Amino acid sequence: MTQSFRLPEGGVIDRGRRLGFRFDGRDYMGCAGDTLASALLANGVHLTGRSFKYHRPRGILSAGAEEPNALIQLGEGARCEPNLRATQIELFDGLIARSQNRWPSLDFDIGALNNRMSRLLPSGFYYKTFMWPASFWMKYEFIIRHSAGLGQAPEGRDPDRYDKTFAHCDVLVVGAGPSGLAAALAAGRGGARVILAEQDALLGGSLWSGNGETIDGAPARDWIEAARRELEAMAEVTILTRTLAYGYFDHNFVALVERVTDHLGGVAGKQPRQRLWKLRAKQVVLATGAIERPLVFAGNDRPGIMLADACRTYVNRFAVQPGKRAVVFTNNESGHLAALDMAAAGIDVAAIADLREDPMGPASERTEAAGLRVIPGSAVVGTKGERRVKQVRIARLNPDGTQALAAGENLDCDVLAMSGGWNPSLHLFSQSRGKVRFDSGLGCFVPGASAQAERSAGSCNGVFGLNDCLAQGFNAGKQAAQDAGIKAGSKGGAAPQAGNGDFLPARWIWEVPSGKPAGRAGKAFVDFQNDVTANDLKLALREGYESIEHVKRYTTTGMGTDQGKTSNVNAIGIVAQTQGREIPDVGVTTFRPPYTPVTFGVFAGRDVDDLLDPVRKTPIHDWHERAGAAFEDVGQWKRPWYFPQAGETMHQAVNREVKAARESAGIMDATTLGKIDIQGRDSAEFLNRVYTNAWTKLAVGRCRYGLMLNEAGMVIDDGVTARLGEFHYLMTTTSGNAAPVLAHLEEYLQTEWPDLDVHLTSVTDQFATVTISGPKARALLADVAGDMDLGSQALPHMGVGDGRVAGIAARIARISFTGEMSYEINVPASCGLALWQALMTAGAKYAIVPYGTEAMHVLRAEKGFIIVGQETDGSVTPIDLGMDWIVSKKKTDFIGKRSLTRPDIIKPDRKQLVGLLTGDPKEVLPEGAHLVEGAVGQPPVPMLGHVTSSYESPNLGRSIALAMIKGGRDRMGQSLQAPLADGRTIACTVTGPVFLDPEGTRLND
Amino acid sequence: MLVIPCPHCGPRCEIEFSYGGQAHIARPQDPAAADDATWADYVFMRDNTKGVFLERWVHSHGCRQWFNVARHTVTYEILASYETGAAPPNLDLESQA
Repeated sequence: MTQSFRLPEGGVIDRGRRLGFRFDGRDYMGCAGDTLASALLANGVHLTGRSFKYHRPRGILSAGAEEPNALIQLGEGARCEPNLRATQIELFDGLIARSQNRWPSLDFDIGALNNRMSRLLPSGFYYKTFMWPASFWMKYEFIIRHSAGLGQAPEGRDPDRYDKTFAHCDVLVVGAGPSGLAAALAAGRGGARVILAEQDALLGGSLWSGNGETIDGAPARDWIEAARRELEAMAEVTILTRTLAYGYFDHNFVALVERVTDHLGGVAGKQPRQRLWKLRAKQVVLATGAIERPLVFAGNDRPGIMLADACRTYVNRFAVQPGKRAVVFTNNESGHLAALDMAAAGIDVAAIADLREDPMGPASERTEAAGLRVIPGSAVVGTKGERRVKQVRIARLNPDGTQALAAGENLDCDVLAMSGGWNPSLHLFSQSRGKVRFDSGLGCFVPGASAQAERSAGSCNGVFGLNDCLAQGFNAGKQAAQDAGIKAGSKGGAAPQAGNGDFLPARWIWEVPSGKPAGRAGKAFVDFQNDVTANDLKLALREGYESIEHVKRYTTTGMGTDQGKTSNVNAIGIVAQTQGREIPDVGVTTFRPPYTPVTFGVFAGRDVDDLLDPVRKTPIHDWHERAGAAFEDVGQWKRPWYFPQAGETMHQAVNREVKAARESAGIMDATTLGKIDIQGRDSAEFLNRVYTNAWTKLAVGRCRYGLMLNEAGMVIDDGVTARLGEFHYLMTTTSGNAAPVLAHLEEYLQTEWPDLDVHLTSVTDQFATVTISGPKARALLADVAGDMDLGSQALPHMGVGDGRVAGIAARIARISFTGEMSYEINVPASCGLALWQALMTAGAKYAIVPYGTEAMHVLRAEKGFIIVGQETDGSVTPIDLGMDWIVSKKKTDFIGKRSLTRPDIIKPDRKQLVGLLTGDPKEVLPEGAHLVEGAVGQPPVPMLGHVTSSYESPNLGRSIALAMIKGGRDRMGQSLQAPLADGRTIACTVTGPVFLDPEGTRLND
Repeated sequence: MLVIPCPHCGPRCEIEFSYGGQAHIARPQDPAAADDATWADYVFMRDNTKGVFLERWVHSHGCRQWFNVARHTVTYEILASYETGAAPPNLDLESQA
């Protein structure tokens, strides 16, 4: 294809660098400097998508971030991104793009039937139409979502890298149009640390859309270049192009996304694809510009109908004719500027329909002087053309602009440039919690009072003349630098000078009359992206939705990915006009981040895969891996789950491990247990206050099990604490809870009991811990512990002592979580593997078997030992667990004690820990299964509780389960039913929770 | 995202801190003497202030110290920070609210 709409000269494109690209399977050529939109227009392509609801053909409306129509799927396979605005995609060689929301093709789209059936699809149609029968909603939803689609998610994982960075500056300037450049120059000359962020690839903003402006006597593009050079030469100024400030948060925290390599087409090299800037600015200057408004008239959405300023941008910046024969429809001066620039670019401007009765202003004077045909007091009242506008009808309006006076005149054209005024880009200002106000003269919302250290300058502040923008921007930059604490230097200079030209005067007619009865005229679209028409808004009002927030949600106007950049004020205007209210009384909708959509990838940054979360491994981890262990995640730890031998299932492996720990010797890596070193003269008192039981009398060299509650009386952790010296204890916590428990203890020490002399240190990583358990454990330890006395006199159950194990200095605690004689051997972490290997070697003759967490769970469940987080869920007290024996009656206070006598806590029907035995010993209840009483009838059936732990116990030769059951301790021997999701009901009997060796003889011999 | 002035480390980004709820909630000296309502009030009930709120923060990823902050819950302005145990600064709370 030739670029038959490309002008022979002008623009900011490089005609020497021709770039090939593919759109919807067809190959085209563009130039370096093009966007995808400008390159398509250069090839005469306007039709770029189908609309969201009616599947109407849609074309490129704008030349910027506000684009609601030309939403593009860019790229293929894994490296692709949906819903990108063609107007912002920089062209690169080999670019591949597709239109969206059409099937099977853009030219022939089956969904376009929706347009014919639009009377059946009024606003809120899916609330009304698809309500019955309720069970069919899933089917409806599938079809609706399929036909009302945006783009497609990428296939496969994202191959690109993303980065994040933090930054601080004195002055952040958002937007590098004339106001922003002037602000950056003023702040930079004052010596401030400045970041200038511009979403475009070029500095200059709206100056590139214009034609012939001069600043300080030089052509605008020369001034831009001089400003760029000056800013780049300042050491404290950072210019970020292709960088979108998408969100303005508290305390002047502004988030930006820099598109580092997107414009290179996936050739990332060492650079990331995009970079997230988390920026804290002392002062912010918003110079975010303004967005032109469409006019709302019948048939205003055909391809070829564009914003007037976008037409100027395509002509002046990209050297592209948006068409060969143009009609302009305007209510202000901007349309006349577009007419002049298009005429200068050789486009036949057939007429300017101006809503104003008597157009006058700097631009309309020039169109008159140029001999262009201006039809005052007139409107475009209808359009024709299936995939491109080909004819418009222009009619005179009555003096108050409510009716078309005659059938009107038909004019052929292939582009219609429209201007309905301007909306300052208030998004960031509004996100900063600044309040906007309506300026009836400008016909738009403008910033009111600031809520943060921020100021707006230029057209985003309702100032539209170039000279005024430069002056205001310059002043804003200077003031911002001063407010940031930078002493003004002498090199400030003066604000740049230029001519002024405004878009005013204007005439506000929010909905243009069509001259046809309602329903007969073509649709007049307000929100192009979400296919909301003026009639939809009026229907919502008729149906009783009066608040603009309700109208917005009911019609979905302004709720597309463009957040209503082109539609919100028109919608508010039409609501106000219909209700006979003033716009400020109707209100303004809220702007939320992001300004334009941001990829998930940039939020994830490098925090993916192995870098998502730290992985903690014990010093013995490599041995476990070599032994073929299966691992489970416990917090951030990798713990061996079980150690399958060749050909073994998990079930077989766990059974073998469980039996070994009861019959010979098992060995487990317990390094992950949290360890907190407690020192200080008040340590015993501190333990008294944080555990439920008494600690004062615990002797040096002895250990004690403790339950920790929160102030509400609920169990939050348990573990064994050893007294190592007079004022020295070592607390162990559950593996996943080490950090929260330390934080809990610190909080009380610092905020409630700062008078206590207690010091807490996390020593989890300093020690490796190996547990050996089983009838042969003592014999095995004796073989490697040299002359240490392991007799029950010297080291009884719950005793702790120091010694050497396999030559390694070790602390040995005789404590048990299995119900067997067990020793927990702590050595410096660096010696953990050596200890483990020594025990494995020495244990060979005792048939030692390594066991994992699953076997540990079975072993402790056989003994009825709880696991915090499995039997407990934050709503369980020690009394519920039947652990009253560990709750001191003598202590006057400990954390949670008072709560244990609250009425709710002592109710007899609280859920209590019990054991369950299934009628069929082979049947293993699923954990989480609910339990009910009697025959399972029709719902609702009162739930008595649920299964918390359930295993096959090889030592008992049957299944066992623990459960939390309402009033469970009074139900011993009672038969309960567990109805399962698969329809079966399992009968079981309530028992005590201890299934094996309730007397504890295995521990205490 | 707030900038929180840690009394020990100076201004730091909010991500370094954890929130601890309302400040100056004294744990009853003698919990056993507290009736159920008093105790429930201490454990469960907190103010939901519109205006200046005295609240606790801990510099979890810094000095790990608890301290108090006076923050306006509407504007999010932080008017003061001070060490645990210290009296709140003399702020005209009514006029701020």
